Amino acid sequence: MAEGLIAGLVVFTLASFVGFEVINKVPPTLHTPLMSGSNAISGIAVLGAILISGKGNVTVTSILGTIAIALATINVVAGFLVTDRMLQMFKKKEVKA
Amino acid sequence: MSDFLPSAIQLGYLVAASLFIVGLKQLGSPATARQGNVLAAIGMLIAIVGTLLEKQVVSYELIVVGMIIGSILGTIMAKTVAMTDMPQMVGLLNGFGGAASALVAVGEFWRYLSIPESPTPDATITILLGVLIGGITFTGSLVAFAKLQELLPGAPMTFPLQQPFNALLAIALLAGSGYMLTNPENVPVFLGLVAISNILGIMFVLPIGGGDMPVVVSLLNSYSGIAASVAGFILMNNMLIIAGALVGASGIILTQIMCKAMNRSLGSVLFSAFGSGGKTAAAGGAAGATDKTVHTIDIEESAMMLGYARSVVIIPGYGMAVAQAQHAVRELADGLEKMGVDVKYAIHPVAGRMPGHMNVLLAEANVPYPQLYDMDDINPQFEETDVALVIGANDVVNPAARYDTASPIYGMPILEVDKAKHTIVIKRGMSAGFSGVDNELFYKDKTMMLFGSAKDVVAKLVAEVKQL
Repeated sequence: MAEGLIAGLVVFTLASFVGFEVINKVPPTLHTPLMSGSNAISGIAVLGAILISGKGNVTVTSILGTIAIALATINVVAGFLVTDRMLQMFKKKEVKA
Repeated sequence: MSDFLPSAIQLGYLVAASLFIVGLKQLGSPATARQGNVLAAIGMLIAIVGTLLEKQVVSYELIVVGMIIGSILGTIMAKTVAMTDMPQMVGLLNGFGGAASALVAVGEFWRYLSIPESPTPDATITILLGVLIGGITFTGSLVAFAKLQELLPGAPMTFPLQQPFNALLAIALLAGSGYMLTNPENVPVFLGLVAISNILGIMFVLPIGGGDMPVVVSLLNSYSGIAASVAGFILMNNMLIIAGALVGASGIILTQIMCKAMNRSLGSVLFSAFGSGGKTAAAGGAAGATDKTVHTIDIEESAMMLGYARSVVIIPGYGMAVAQAQHAVRELADGLEKMGVDVKYAIHPVAGRMPGHMNVLLAEANVPYPQLYDMDDINPQFEETDVALVIGANDVVNPAARYDTASPIYGMPILEVDKAKHTIVIKRGMSAGFSGVDNELFYKDKTMMLFGSAKDVVAKLVAEVKQL
């Protein structure tokens, strides 16, 4: 068993508990923005894509990585922008009230 | 000095991870939600910049190309998508995230092919796991997207020998994975496993009915996080592991909340064929429907009923949102309030197609927040309500959910509009709801049907109410 794997599992488990606790109490109003916001964070896969596609020479790996970068960037950019668009509407209404 | 950059990158990751956690926390409260989203976005920016500085990243051409394409497409999508299409949008974006993680896993496999060194069993396992979870997320999300976008029928799709077929896929997956552990560089077997993973995603979502799609999208959101986390294991990158785990956990919590709202266990959503039991019930209902009578009402009469009521509860559904009638509905509510009518909105937890979806749509139309009532708060009030105005909602007001054990929506908490003194239902026609079930509410004596497109009908109601 590689030590790195164990260290990764420790980080993964602790981060999962943080995720559970952070999101425990959310009013239903915000479920949709929360879903799209956390979805944007899952676009973090772009990091992995950058790491495999920036190694220098053009290979199958770097091509796959580039496609992955494009897809994950869509996920990140669209996710955050659309969440902001939704939340903006709530804001507008609060000012009125 | 050479140690400085790696440490700085790791510290940057730590800052980014903290921003994600604080951002998610703030997304959970209305006052801070927008700021939370911005914080998470800043965290993402820091994480990406940090990764670009990693020493193994030496060429930037392909990265820049990928990021520019992604940014342009992403911006266009975010700016143009209609609020009603939000569930599909999240579904599709999920699919992209899952695909990216799967591609990272496949890419890493190919990198091992080009170097003399073979992947260790650890590496093989994480790569296969990345392919599996990423692949399921990708194709599953595409099917969910197609169902929500109505490119595929919303009804559950089954075919003969589906279970044996799935079992066969699972066995092939396990056998292939086992083989890969001893022959880690076998390309045909690897490609076979990639294909199986993608087929599993399709098989996983196809048999789930459209009514349960929000749960599926939410679960896939969780998967896309876990897939990113697995990519982190493959590349030994803590940032990926942490962010992926956060999303994985949040998706599971949201999925549970949604299941609770629909009074269904996650297991029954995923494994009992919502439709196979439902089809017979729906068919029975439709047959019975022919000898039941429907009371219709015209616009003028509806306007009178609404205008001279003391209290009106509006039940907005997805149909209202599709017709883009939320602005007209608010005008109608304003007009009624001017006449002294007490107007409230009843929001079912799964109104629209995702939890909280209806709140977003009504916020878009500037409906005052205090007028929105959750199901538990409004249900006891229906008995004193003069008119319940159902606009494009169906399954969430179906009384059969209370007692008809044969109904596929049995047990789902509903808005008890049938207890109001009168009910007016605005609907395009007598078609069944998203779950494919007939609604007996429409045949009750107290219920009057007002047929037409929600937008037209409500606009005419607004004009009529003004003349009262």
